[in-house]
Amino acid sequence: MRQEIQLAGFGGQGIILAGFVLGRAASIYDGKEAVFTQSYGPEARGGACAAEVVISDGPIDYPLVTRPDLVVCMSQEAYSKYGVALADGAELIIDSDLVEAGSNGIKRLPAMRLATDLGNRMAANVVMLGFLASVTGVVSREALEQSVRETVKPRLLELNMSALKTGFEYGLSESSANQQKAAT
Amino acid sequence: MVTAEAEPRVLTGQHFMNGDIAFAEGALAAGCTFFAGYPITPSTEVAERLSRRLPKLGGVYVQMEDELASIAAVLGGSWSGAKAMTATSGPGFTLMMENFGLGVMTETPCVIIDVQRGGPSTGLPTLVSQADVMQAKWGSHGDYEPIAFAPASPQEMFDLAISAFNAAERFRMPVFVMADELVGHMTERVTIPSEDRVSIVNRKRVPAGSEDRLFYAADEDLVPPMPIAGEGHAFHVTGLTHDERGYPAGDPLVHDRLVRRLTHKVQIHEKELTQVEELMTEDAEVVVVAYGAMSRSARQAVMVARERGIKAGMFRPITLWPFPFRKLRGLANQVNRFVVAEMNLGQIAREVERHLRRPATWVTHAGGKMIPPEEVLLALQETAR
Repeated sequence: MRQEIQLAGFGGQGIILAGFVLGRAASIYDGKEAVFTQSYGPEARGGACAAEVVISDGPIDYPLVTRPDLVVCMSQEAYSKYGVALADGAELIIDSDLVEAGSNGIKRLPAMRLATDLGNRMAANVVMLGFLASVTGVVSREALEQSVRETVKPRLLELNMSALKTGFEYGLSESSANQQKAAT
Repeated sequence: MVTAEAEPRVLTGQHFMNGDIAFAEGALAAGCTFFAGYPITPSTEVAERLSRRLPKLGGVYVQMEDELASIAAVLGGSWSGAKAMTATSGPGFTLMMENFGLGVMTETPCVIIDVQRGGPSTGLPTLVSQADVMQAKWGSHGDYEPIAFAPASPQEMFDLAISAFNAAERFRMPVFVMADELVGHMTERVTIPSEDRVSIVNRKRVPAGSEDRLFYAADEDLVPPMPIAGEGHAFHVTGLTHDERGYPAGDPLVHDRLVRRLTHKVQIHEKELTQVEELMTEDAEVVVVAYGAMSRSARQAVMVARERGIKAGMFRPITLWPFPFRKLRGLANQVNRFVVAEMNLGQIAREVERHLRRPATWVTHAGGKMIPPEEVLLALQETAR
């Protein structure tokens, strides 16, 4: 199965790095095929910025995202651009503190706030990846951990592993809360 | 210079890397020890990677003042015995054309990668195109027969870097890799083999101490052994038409003999040089010709066409020059209908029509985006009808 993932936010949030880490996790550690591409322009800190990851069990021919199955928005601008007109069945994840969006079926977490609580808001991207893994299953937690370990600088490893754990567990508690809601 | 703890030259293992970086690693695996260049988007990552890696491996990285100087330094590096390369994109490729010709005339092995972006002129610095493929064929003045490869994935960027260096060394000439922005910047798994699994070709050399002074007298394969500067040979290297001693000779007979040999040394090895990929062509009724990143869109179109009952296939030149026309003509014995899809306004389409002696359906775009599979599919459907 081919899954197209769009990650979007503003420059400086680590969106591109998140795309790389996700693709590396799927391709090297989950044994799937993955292609990572990025919006490539004169983006500066604060400007719009997007990363695309295609993950598949089989070979990937067309390497670009055309109809995303999963969109992650970490800024209002990203939401207006990528999060509004979603195809049927596509999932949307937003940073609930940074994006105002309609309510139906959107998965939310305050990634930036959770990262700030861990001591560095720059880890919001990895909090988001942990959450994405737990609520979508598109990539395994173990593969993401390996990928983060291989990608980030040693002095930032501990912070990023905590960020991954925080995001993943936030996702688990969300889905168990939803299950309880569904059961009652 | 290289210590025991030095990082390995060949990064054996599985990596998630972009095409530009994979190319740099392929060059190192092939034995490249000299890079001179002038960074330009979207090829900059090749230079960046080599600027970090080469000095640690005892090699040389030089950032030159411009592209004219870059290719000149690469030719000089090669005459010192190094496997040398540069990386550039459209505007820089244009500036390199004169000294590329010097490399052809002086039979200087080296590799030039052009990570293509939209042109003419500075055009679209950050966006994809394939519009330099005919410049690779004809961009420098005079007659010559170029060698050029067209990678379609980061893995092929690695693999074809090695093929390019091997061809340059084997045929003693500058060799092109015509990549594109998409293949340069996309990141995928790249498997790098162990060092002993990388097959390497080294140039024929004039043995040190040899009394032979006919440095441009070719062997049976039409390639002369190369003298290396610093090994005691007194030789002359010139862009002027030269005799077998290397001295200028303004003689039409000498000129014709020389230029014919320079083109023939590639032409007679066309079979050995040309790599193609054929996808589902065995029973195909319509075939799309596509290369580089564009072939990935075409491949998807072929898959969807098959699902819809259209007997479609793909012919992908991996070697663009010399153009694999014998293989294409072989296929044309069983297939009548051809589509050509490329990110320029019909450069290879004309080449295909010339060899097939019949029209093909063109799917073209001047660049800036990859042509989507739907457009190729539509052309396959209409051409198959």
